[in-house]
Amino acid sequence: MTVLTDLTIAQARDSLRAKAFSAVELTRAHLAGIDTLNPRLNAYITTTAENALAQAQKADAALAAGEHGALTGIPLAIKDLFCTEGVRTTAGSNILSPFVPPYESTVTANLLRDGAVFLGKTNMDEFAMGSSNMTSAYGPVENPWKRRQDDTAVLVPGGSSGGSAAAVAARIAMGATGTDTGGSIRQPASFCGLVGVKPTYGRCSRWGVVAFASSLDHPGPFARTVLDSAILLRSMSGHDPRDSTSAATTVPDFEAACARGVKGLRIGVPAEYRADGMPTEIEALWQQGLSWLREAGAEIVDVSLPHTKYGLGTYYIVAPAEASSNLARYDGVRFGARTDGTDLRDLYERTRAQGFGPEVQRRIMIGTYVLSAGYYDAYYLKAQKIRALILKDFTDAFAKVDALLTPTAPSAAFAQGENMDDPIKMYLNDVFTVPANLAGVPAASVPAGLDSNGLPLGLQIIAKPFDEETMFAVAAAVERAAGFTALPAIRAGG
Amino acid sequence: MALDHATVRRIAALARIRVEDGQVDHLCQELNGIFGWIEQLNEVDVTGIAPLAGAAHLSAALRADVVTDGGYADKVLSNAPDRIGAFYAVPKVVE
Repeated sequence: MTVLTDLTIAQARDSLRAKAFSAVELTRAHLAGIDTLNPRLNAYITTTAENALAQAQKADAALAAGEHGALTGIPLAIKDLFCTEGVRTTAGSNILSPFVPPYESTVTANLLRDGAVFLGKTNMDEFAMGSSNMTSAYGPVENPWKRRQDDTAVLVPGGSSGGSAAAVAARIAMGATGTDTGGSIRQPASFCGLVGVKPTYGRCSRWGVVAFASSLDHPGPFARTVLDSAILLRSMSGHDPRDSTSAATTVPDFEAACARGVKGLRIGVPAEYRADGMPTEIEALWQQGLSWLREAGAEIVDVSLPHTKYGLGTYYIVAPAEASSNLARYDGVRFGARTDGTDLRDLYERTRAQGFGPEVQRRIMIGTYVLSAGYYDAYYLKAQKIRALILKDFTDAFAKVDALLTPTAPSAAFAQGENMDDPIKMYLNDVFTVPANLAGVPAASVPAGLDSNGLPLGLQIIAKPFDEETMFAVAAAVERAAGFTALPAIRAGG
Repeated sequence: MALDHATVRRIAALARIRVEDGQVDHLCQELNGIFGWIEQLNEVDVTGIAPLAGAAHLSAALRADVVTDGGYADKVLSNAPDRIGAFYAVPKVVE
């Protein structure tokens, strides 16, 4: 008997078309899993069962008429940063707790156009600022994976897209949307044993996605296989005139690229990603990944990305600067929550002190400072120049190689409460992921192995701008060689 | 360059975030920790480097300077915490 929640998107898509089961049955199986597991995992902030069943019925009608799209009847989870028409969108913040968007984001509209079913809106770090989902105003998310030696520890799913990652790992969604500003798709994918893709900047429209740092924000997919992530990304992508940074380029067949293989490709190993204090297990997995690619016919080439160590510092100027500007719109006047005050200024100040959590307030203040008179050149302008050097590092490396292979994160999933005493400790989670955001190049995390606690570890593939096809080809080769079949302890149908 | 209490208060005022007296010391320490860490960027020689704002692989999009959207005040105001007719309502700002 097939457990419907265990199927991949590609399998479910083919079975739906073959009428092996209905879209309503598939959606009901996921809704039942949500009912059972979400009270514990807290992966969804809002579930939309009625909408989902209505969409599934529509999908069944389309399938019966032979008019299916790429994702007809596939149940997905949507990060609560994507505006969904008529469905509350909180960005994980109290300040947006009453917000019901009167419009649909371009990415979610594209998924709906292709027939997807939306199960609900997933939990996340507030305004996508965090690497553990611990800054959400709607509570932490439990990672469905457990430590083998200590199954009482409650682990984080990573962040900021922690709810999306936990939902897909626990099989209470077949795939999910996320956003990645400094690693917010790839790091939770690594922590939850999933594939996570941050495409090239401009590939997926940011229109209707609550803005954090506009030059760094990248929508992208989570899935349990590389092929599924390629199917999702193809649907999410495409030129959008409503986003001035949306690329006017055609969307390739990412699914076909997964089967290309890596024979003859040159894969770069950046020396600077060999961080001090990196666990030996992660170093060993990285070497294993390089061996797999060599065995599959790729050539391994040493490269240098000399400004890697300055990526995080640069990020923690650029991202807060953009955030302080983007989040100025939350003033308690036009939308969102309001705290009354004695006059307008007092209303603004009380609204923002009440509505934003500590991490968001901290980043707004960092951003305000680095953009303020007298400090702009020393901080913001300097960071923009180092950002140019980081891009040049990638450009120089890609003159010699087709893609890079690195670890995704410096550790496996940690427990709730760990890394909370010092903000910088949390920021260090993104040391390997942030450079690709600063440069705008595509990058994916693929589950490649387990640590000694039985927790998943990911490897990251970084490719040239708008060459997601090579990224998918390499990711699929790593996936094939890794044969990652481990399952999380907490899952639907398990 | 360490941030003092007055600077933290000034930043909070610029950011329109109310900070209570009891929070200033803690905020000051946290922000100084972060800026101290960011000081590492001073090691990088950026002489002659043009700043990069982002979107490096894209060219600027142009469109006609015309109105293409609008005419639905009720939709725009649908999330307003307080409104009077087709207007947002705020505390009195002029005497």
